[in-house]
Amino acid sequence: MRIVFLIFSLFVLLGAVACSIAFGVTDIPFAKIVEAFTHFDASQEQLIVRTARVPRALIAAAVGGSLAVAGTLMQVITRNPIASPSTYGVNAGAAFFVVLASGLLGIDGQAPLTWAGLIGAGASGAIVFVLGSLGRDGMTPVKLTLAGATIAAFFFSLTQGYMLADGRMFDQVLVWMVGSVAGRNLDQLLNVLPFLGIGLVIALLLSRHLNVLAMGDDLAKGLGQSTARIKGLASLAIILLAGASVAAAGPIAFVGIIVPHVVRYLVGGDYRWIVPYSAVFGAILLVGADLGSRYIAMPSEIPVGVATAILGVPFFVYIARKGRRVG
Amino acid sequence: MNKYTTLRLDKPRLSFLMERRSLLLTLGLAVLCLAVMVISVGIGSKWIPPLEVIRSVFGRGDALNEVVVTKLRMPRIVIAVLVGASLAVAGAVLQGLVRNPLASPDVIGVTEGASLGAVLFLYFFYGTLSIRWMPVGAIIGAFAITALLYALAWKKGMSPIRLVLIGTGLSAAFKSIAYMLIISSPYLLSVKSITFMTGSIYGASWQNDVAALLPWVAVLLPLTWLQARHVNVQSLGEEVAGSAGANVQRQQLLLLLLSVALAGAAVAIGGAISFIGLIAPHMARKLVGPSFGVLMPVSALLGAIVLLVADIVARTAFYPQDVAAGVFTAAVGAPFFLFLLYKQRNS
Repeated sequence: MRIVFLIFSLFVLLGAVACSIAFGVTDIPFAKIVEAFTHFDASQEQLIVRTARVPRALIAAAVGGSLAVAGTLMQVITRNPIASPSTYGVNAGAAFFVVLASGLLGIDGQAPLTWAGLIGAGASGAIVFVLGSLGRDGMTPVKLTLAGATIAAFFFSLTQGYMLADGRMFDQVLVWMVGSVAGRNLDQLLNVLPFLGIGLVIALLLSRHLNVLAMGDDLAKGLGQSTARIKGLASLAIILLAGASVAAAGPIAFVGIIVPHVVRYLVGGDYRWIVPYSAVFGAILLVGADLGSRYIAMPSEIPVGVATAILGVPFFVYIARKGRRVG
Repeated sequence: MNKYTTLRLDKPRLSFLMERRSLLLTLGLAVLCLAVMVISVGIGSKWIPPLEVIRSVFGRGDALNEVVVTKLRMPRIVIAVLVGASLAVAGAVLQGLVRNPLASPDVIGVTEGASLGAVLFLYFFYGTLSIRWMPVGAIIGAFAITALLYALAWKKGMSPIRLVLIGTGLSAAFKSIAYMLIISSPYLLSVKSITFMTGSIYGASWQNDVAALLPWVAVLLPLTWLQARHVNVQSLGEEVAGSAGANVQRQQLLLLLLSVALAGAAVAIGGAISFIGLIAPHMARKLVGPSFGVLMPVSALLGAIVLLVADIVARTAFYPQDVAAGVFTAAVGAPFFLFLLYKQRNS
């Protein structure tokens, strides 16, 4: 049953990607989209499809899926229902390092920037994770959330200060402060794809162990699991997924919170299903949000990071009010 | 000899227990604050020695120095003191209320709300309304986010933890919306908005800034101090506060409003300067302990000193570039915060 629904979701995702390629300021009939790849004649519509719409839809799908899986992993290993790359400051850290690398060190090209994003994600994630887990009572949602909010505020402040100090960079950096998938090219996607792929594979391989970990550290240890190793691997996957996503699309908020909760509601508590479902649903959500954000202020667009933030708030509030732990 | 001094009044109902040592410490900090103010006035493209600064303030200095000191530099320094003190007290009240030493106006979203208010003002009214109204926008934003936060965190009563959790979510969303507006506004406005969101007291003036902020601070700080015993009771926990005869929910609301008003006013003038509301109360607690009667004035003085120093660094570190002071409060505040988290890992 669940496999059927997963395949059905994949078709929904395909449909969403197709719509994302077809609709926008210029609507393009589906037949023309196919022609753009079979009979390329460099007409304006075909150029839009090949250089703007396709990369955009694919990046949205890849990033959405990655952030959702990263959020899922974070929620399990920190036992905090509102964990996500954005609440833990991982996105802000990655954005700061990307900005720093491109602005201050003059690094150009997508590959080094991806590494900068990964380093930033790793650094801020590690700080929040270590600090949040200190102490006798271990990781509590409040401690983690406060640490994450602080680290995010810290990196945002530094990025803003840098923007103000270096006028030339202002416009370029501004785009990094809110996530967006517009105006990207396929090279950018190809650069981050290996990182996202490895992250996803690790997450899928871990999913069996996550079921045990979700029962609690003590129980997992009692059942013979090396919780430290599982958590370490999961952290690696989170850093790969979130860091590379930010390098491609900027800090997109709340996808990592919304999706795992929806998925858990739909398919239950088995992480062998939750992880793949999160990937697909995250992709659908971000492709859909990106499509929707083209229509809110037509003909200009609002960045998709804003759309997900607004969508995410009701969710966030609902979960925080419920105050339930993941497990 | 008794090392405590008690101050007790029936009308208004007031009681403070003060350690002699804390009183002396408060006086010492006040002197230090004044000294930093004088030195800070002296620093700039033209160095003015402290004595000359004092003479100029009292109208007995060199004519040129007098203009530089009283017209150009003093407003900025006075604003630094007012903003720093207000943010610190707002943080101290909030930490007592939430009973979590890691709370501060920037974490629960008050600063983000004020930022969004200011950015909205710039976006819709810049050019049609005087820039003097921007602080009003910021204050409305601060109260709007608080009202929203309070309503959303209310669930058969208020839980401070829910307040913090929901606050972080709301502030992330508000920040995104502010950025969306900034991206779609012209360059000049974007720079203004980002400067505001980072927090800078560059170019403060007597009429626009000091005159706008001083009345708020002059009313709110004493009012908060009068609430000291309520903060003390609240910080014992809801059950204890309730059995000690406190109307817990009403006091929480009043204290929250005071804290928001202070933070909102400070942010409206100084921009979203971060981390002062977090670190100043901590330093104060280390020095004089948790009793709010002395904690509050000491926090205020420390907040003022921290912002003054951050502003000095901001003005001089990359001279002639005037970097936003908020960058330096964040650069100092965040590591300090991490240290606190480490220290309090078991509490």
